Amino acid sequence: MDLIAIIGIVIGVLLWILVAVLAFVAAMRSKTLFREGAFEGGRDFIMLLPRVMIGVVGSGYIAAVMPQDLITTWIGPNSGVVGILIATIVGAATPGGAVVGFAIGAAALKGGAGAAQVIAYSTAWSLYTIQRLLNWEIHMMAPRFVWLRAAVSFPLPILAGLGALLIGRP
Amino acid sequence: MIERRRRIRSFEWSTAIIVLVSLGAGIVVYVRDGVEKTLAILTKDLELLVGMLPKMAAGCLIAAFVTRLLPREVVARVVGSESGMLGLLVAMMMGAALPGGPLTIYPLAAAFLVLGADVGVAVAFITAWNLLGYNRALIWELPFFGPEFVGWRILIALPLPIIGGLLARMAARLIVRRRGGDQWT
Repeated sequence: MDLIAIIGIVIGVLLWILVAVLAFVAAMRSKTLFREGAFEGGRDFIMLLPRVMIGVVGSGYIAAVMPQDLITTWIGPNSGVVGILIATIVGAATPGGAVVGFAIGAAALKGGAGAAQVIAYSTAWSLYTIQRLLNWEIHMMAPRFVWLRAAVSFPLPILAGLGALLIGRP
Repeated sequence: MIERRRRIRSFEWSTAIIVLVSLGAGIVVYVRDGVEKTLAILTKDLELLVGMLPKMAAGCLIAAFVTRLLPREVVARVVGSESGMLGLLVAMMMGAALPGGPLTIYPLAAAFLVLGADVGVAVAFITAWNLLGYNRALIWELPFFGPEFVGWRILIALPLPIIGGLLARMAARLIVRRRGGDQWT
């Protein structure tokens, strides 16, 4: 058994210990709190599962039909900083919810994109996908603040991609 | 209620597109490469997903309990009164620890600003929620990318909320000097 698998198991055990502690604290406060938490957690899991499944399986098929040489040329492991920049811009332009962003990122990775480039993509998509800025953030915070945040966040995906290139992981 | 309905609708819309595109891609793979390849992709991807199920379930339960045990008002008071480097660190930890979607996170960040936190604190909080939140990592990222990729991605992202917060402070100082009006709420 390799190190990664062992770390995975340890993290899984720690997560469930955390679940137990939180459940215990909630139960100490009140029975309703515990019941509500357990119910909502379970319901969210069941609601999310089919969506994640569709995205995960879909990304495999999308990767299989994507033009591999195109992906390798533009955002492949040897595309370097230019690939990171392209991935950052595509990440900002990707519309839709979590299924879309992660399915595209996973499909690209399976279809020959470099890990550093995919990290830049998913970081950009998480931080400032244009659709989310305009649909959500701008209505809940001062527009001046939203633009400031988007502007200072711009280099972060590039830094993340460069970090991945530098350490040569994942 | 309108906001909630809107969230569900936009969510379904993007899921529907992915369903259609995936179906199309699946048919192309089937016609081009045959049954065996089609099934191989299906089982390989489902295997990863099944392996991640316990962690996804834990993520959902932790999120549900943390939402109940850590009231938003408390977080707003703790983070809203901090400043300096410690403020950025506290904001980062809270951003990573708090579950919830954009509907809870952005108004909370706005509340920090009202309570007197500087823009750096709010930016660090939003950045950490986006990049370090266990909620999204466990439930979404893990089944798509597997633990090794996600682990390194998070490790690389660790300094980014602080960097974002410091950049925001610098930019805000510049803007205030040039244009005036230190008003971000």
